[in-house]
Amino acid sequence: MSTALAQNRGLGAMIWDYLTTVDHKKIAHLYLVAGGFFFLIGGLEAMLIRIQLMKPDNDFISAGLYNEMITMHGTTMIFLAAMPLIFALMNAVVPLQIGARDVAFPFLNSLGFWLFLFGGVILNVSWFTGGAPDAGWTNYAPLSTVSPGHGVDYYVMGLQISGAGTLIGGINFLVTIVNMRAPGMTYMRMPLFTWAVFVTSALILFAFPALTVGLFLMMFDRMFGSVFFDTAAGGNAIIWEHLFWIFGHPEVYILILPLFGAFSDIFSTFSKKRLFGYSAMVFATVLIGFLGFMVWAHHMFTVGMGPIANSIFAVATMAIAVPTGIKIFNWMFTMWGGNIKMTAAMLWSVAFIPSFTIGGMTGVMLAAAAADYQYHDTYFVVGHFHYVIVGGVVFGLFAALHYWWPKMFGKVLNEKLGKLAFWPFFIGFHLTFFIQHFLGLMGMPRRYWVFLEGQGLEAGNLISTIGAFLMAIGTVIFLVNVVYTSVKAKKVSGDPWDGRTLEWSIPSPPPHYNFTQTPLVRGLDPLWVEKSEGKKGMTPAEPLGDIHMPNASILPFLISLGLFIAGFGFIYQVDNKAWLILVFLGMGLTLGSMLTRSLKDDLGHHIHKEELEKDLEKGAGE
Amino acid sequence: MRGWMGKLRAFFIFSALTLLLTGCGVDNLSALKPKGYGSDLLFDLMMISIAIMLFVFIIVMAIYTFVLIRYRQKKGQEDFIPKQTEGNKALEVIWTVIPIILLLVLAVPTVQATFDLADESTKGDEGVTTIEVTGNQYWWHFGYPDDEISTSQDLYIPTGERVYLDMKSSDVIHSFWVPSIAGKMDTNPGDNDNTMYLEAYEEGVYWGHCAELCGPSHSLMDFRVIAVSPEDYDQWKEDMQNVDPEATAEAQEGQELYENNCMGCHAIGDGAAGQGPNMTNFANRTKIAGVIEPSKENLMDWIVNPEQFKPGNQMPANLVSEDEASQIADYLLELDHSDVGASASEAEVEEE
Repeated sequence: MSTALAQNRGLGAMIWDYLTTVDHKKIAHLYLVAGGFFFLIGGLEAMLIRIQLMKPDNDFISAGLYNEMITMHGTTMIFLAAMPLIFALMNAVVPLQIGARDVAFPFLNSLGFWLFLFGGVILNVSWFTGGAPDAGWTNYAPLSTVSPGHGVDYYVMGLQISGAGTLIGGINFLVTIVNMRAPGMTYMRMPLFTWAVFVTSALILFAFPALTVGLFLMMFDRMFGSVFFDTAAGGNAIIWEHLFWIFGHPEVYILILPLFGAFSDIFSTFSKKRLFGYSAMVFATVLIGFLGFMVWAHHMFTVGMGPIANSIFAVATMAIAVPTGIKIFNWMFTMWGGNIKMTAAMLWSVAFIPSFTIGGMTGVMLAAAAADYQYHDTYFVVGHFHYVIVGGVVFGLFAALHYWWPKMFGKVLNEKLGKLAFWPFFIGFHLTFFIQHFLGLMGMPRRYWVFLEGQGLEAGNLISTIGAFLMAIGTVIFLVNVVYTSVKAKKVSGDPWDGRTLEWSIPSPPPHYNFTQTPLVRGLDPLWVEKSEGKKGMTPAEPLGDIHMPNASILPFLISLGLFIAGFGFIYQVDNKAWLILVFLGMGLTLGSMLTRSLKDDLGHHIHKEELEKDLEKGAGE
Repeated sequence: MRGWMGKLRAFFIFSALTLLLTGCGVDNLSALKPKGYGSDLLFDLMMISIAIMLFVFIIVMAIYTFVLIRYRQKKGQEDFIPKQTEGNKALEVIWTVIPIILLLVLAVPTVQATFDLADESTKGDEGVTTIEVTGNQYWWHFGYPDDEISTSQDLYIPTGERVYLDMKSSDVIHSFWVPSIAGKMDTNPGDNDNTMYLEAYEEGVYWGHCAELCGPSHSLMDFRVIAVSPEDYDQWKEDMQNVDPEATAEAQEGQELYENNCMGCHAIGDGAAGQGPNMTNFANRTKIAGVIEPSKENLMDWIVNPEQFKPGNQMPANLVSEDEASQIADYLLELDHSDVGASASEAEVEEE
């Protein structure tokens, strides 16, 4: 069902369409809206944190609420904003870049989204039911296991459900990229964004199970009386830290690698040059992904692992700077000798280089294990990871959204407003976080509800808060731009940027079968190869024929809804066993839906040659 | 010749940096004003790493600036198609090998410092002090098992020598951090106990923080390290070993009230970490509960309603009436058994 058709049938039909869709392009829209919404919530929480820290001994929010705020800010931004926004890009772009008509498992793709969304909703419901989780996004035991109320239970259930969605998504993209590439699209011809998503998906596959295990142990400790983390009963609290960071460190690469890929595509497109050192870039991406699993304990230098372990993890961590440096230099040499067009997407990408380099530098400083005894758990660390996550991931998301917006929605985001949003955000970002390195070294630990007067921390904190407001202004201007563009902007052609990769060879937004005929890939930057030979589009690899597409289904929504309901049952059965009814109801719905899926054959549908020819006449295939 | 120039330049960057950064923060709190062996060693390591990183950053920014100015699209050149360069092997090797060398340069002192700070070779030797540190929500217990002394919140150590700390937690994870003397170390519950050492160069009162999120009052779990000369330290130990907790006539009632209401959690004299801070030398402490200015009025407020100062702490509110709190305060303020360190504390108060 095409979007235009759905709109004609009214709002109800459109909602039903989105609830049941298995089309990767529409799932990208869902991820974008949900991730964007959580990004705003996480941003609001950040603003409240910065207002609280505006002056010494402030009592704007209470100590308990403050801890809930920092916990939810971190958890929301990582799991509910950055991850889904990245999944939005993956869904919108990867099948198009490899010349596929959808992902390998469209049903699972939809399931992944709904699991993530319901998990995120569970987490945020906690605000209204007596308190959000308050043990930090890292949720260290035993603070988390003894945390009163149900906040941490919500954390456990919410992340478990949304984590399952992420894991499913990761597997889906691995299979998609391995199996669904168009003829001629060898591994070493894949665009860097696809390569990065490939590596990221592998990281998800190996990293998320560690979180799953940790969350299950935590769940049993809190809800069913086990003592995995209870030292008084022979448990061990440090195990949680290891499980969390075995997941948590690869997680930061899961976040940044896809944006590295996006930057590579953007630098190349707007410099009108092929990526400098393509194979080195691919190698560096894989190496970062590999090394990302070897360094988790650098988050734990002060736990008391001893000098040998600390030294090993210090040197391993430093090693990651090498492939990252390779990337920075290759990006700069991609622009070297190019014809740089400073679009909004390019502006965010260009700003990323120095910002991320600073984050990488402080990363190497933190890797020096002994020196970390001073940096650890201070605002130095807060400064560092915001430099990589905001300066890398958020800048990357803005850049990628500007770049692929026309492909997703058929309209180019307003360039003037785009640049207007950039400047306050960029300046505000450096104001907020640069000073925090110094605050940390001057003796301000992170997660401090108040800082005291007379410790020399007043000016730095005020500057940081002012910067945060500038970032908020930038974000608001970006939102205005989205609305303005959707109302005012004109439709554009399939290739507004003079693109180089396959996604630009089809209309914007693409028809729901993407490629009328699967394209034949004849080199790196396939569209550019054709253009440089004077051709207008791709050469088809197959004759025009019927296209097999998957059917829409409400089952993924129902499976996720069942787990959502069961989640509340698990949380509250601790108080009263009557709540177990919800567990049975919810799990019944989930398992019933899964059974339906297994027993009922769903063979999909065909789009006939005649319809495709009609679409072609309307100009869909130009 | 060039190598020599490079060294000189590096030296200049290094000293300029050091000067710049030592201007940051408050004395006896900032890690950028090292006053102990650990923080000194780490400050040097920090400066080495910053110097190396700045060197890299300057190179990156030089190329970056040049590229952006030189190759930005000019009017009338919109259709110019640049040469599609594939890459350059020599360049790739350069920007792989040079960073590896730089990182090795950093790795060597890193590993050295890591082992240096984990050294326990003199622990347990004759005349070497080992102190038991226990983190609690939201206060610190300090035990001197060799000298049979227990105290809380203010940690007394002698200057100019290594003092070992055996660290654990009685509840959740905390982290012991005195930035101007040494780096931090977590205190873990259960069997994962840790050891670190402190060595303060000069006498003074140093701020300490809890650096691992431990609950609502995490940011209020401050403590002090009071470094005194070895002679004064011996004097302090003697004072503490000969504490006479008997009240004067005026505070008799306060002592009785204390024994009836407070003693269950707050011991006076030597003993393991109890439910609440040890009160042996309460009147000598630099702050009430680690963060409140010491005065009788504040102490009374604290006794009646501790929650308003430190949210989530274990001490119940309204255990005693205000009048009773006043009498208890009178008694507590008599618990000043040692003048050692007092001059240093006063000096610091003036500075603030």
